[in-house]
Amino acid sequence: MSLQSPVGSDHQLARLLQIGVVLEEVVEARAAKHARESQDVDEDVRAFLAEAADESAGHRDRLEELVDELDADTVAFEEIKGLVEAQYEADQDFDWVLYDQLCNEETAYKFYDDLIEAIEGSEANFGVDREHLLAVLRELRDEEEAGVEEVTALMEDRA
Amino acid sequence: MNTADQYLKAIYLIQEETDGPASTGAIADRLDVSPASANEMVGKLEGEGFCSHEKYKGVDLTDEGIVRAREALQNYCIIERFLLEVLEVEDFRGEARQLEPVIDETVAERLDTIIDRAPQCPDCFDAEDDVCGLVELEADPAD
Repeated sequence: MSLQSPVGSDHQLARLLQIGVVLEEVVEARAAKHARESQDVDEDVRAFLAEAADESAGHRDRLEELVDELDADTVAFEEIKGLVEAQYEADQDFDWVLYDQLCNEETAYKFYDDLIEAIEGSEANFGVDREHLLAVLRELRDEEEAGVEEVTALMEDRA
Repeated sequence: MNTADQYLKAIYLIQEETDGPASTGAIADRLDVSPASANEMVGKLEGEGFCSHEKYKGVDLTDEGIVRAREALQNYCIIERFLLEVLEVEDFRGEARQLEPVIDETVAERLDTIIDRAPQCPDCFDAEDDVCGLVELEADPAD
């Protein structure tokens, strides 16, 4: 165990971006499954979940481009989808579906926020342009923040 | 996981191994920091009620400290298992140690939805091997 900086090399940065890709894949798989299979959900919520799954797929593509620039690989979506399916609890009610989506958005927001802070605090030179890297991550973080607000509004509307 | 949590986890594991108080020297060794840094953080943790420190005897976690240390250890187990099971990282221990400061507990909870972790976690953690005792590892070819 040591207290060294977690983002001091391309390898460490690639690893964190790979984790980001998996998080987005988890979000995409869970939101798509909720949208497809939840019974007790109205059309607005179903549309929101489908849109959230699409947004995560877009985020994943952008992270994969960065990982690619660092000469690393990512885990295939089908593999993560299989893992999500294996652990997924069926027949979740309406409240749980929205709560789960809120956790998805908050988690992704927190991940990007911590990663941005760690990169800003690191003096390492990376194999990707630092400003471009930070710009992408900030954009993804802002979209997750908007997602948190959106799902919170949906929950309040239905309270 | 913040620095305080990393200290609490280290103290907890040393206390598990030695079945007694953790010396500040052992804490510094485990975290690869100077004894002065370890002393300073132990003082802060004591001030926050997470441990008690008696000179020449060592550091004992309070009940509150134990709860937080176990949460930190559980997060660490999730990171290790995720690296091993999902990303198939060979040096999952080393990388988990590097990543733990930047993987927050909410992120660890989401990663936990796709890994296979036993309900008794973190009681199954093997401090000496720095890995969950239930993880099936391939035999080291050097053995």
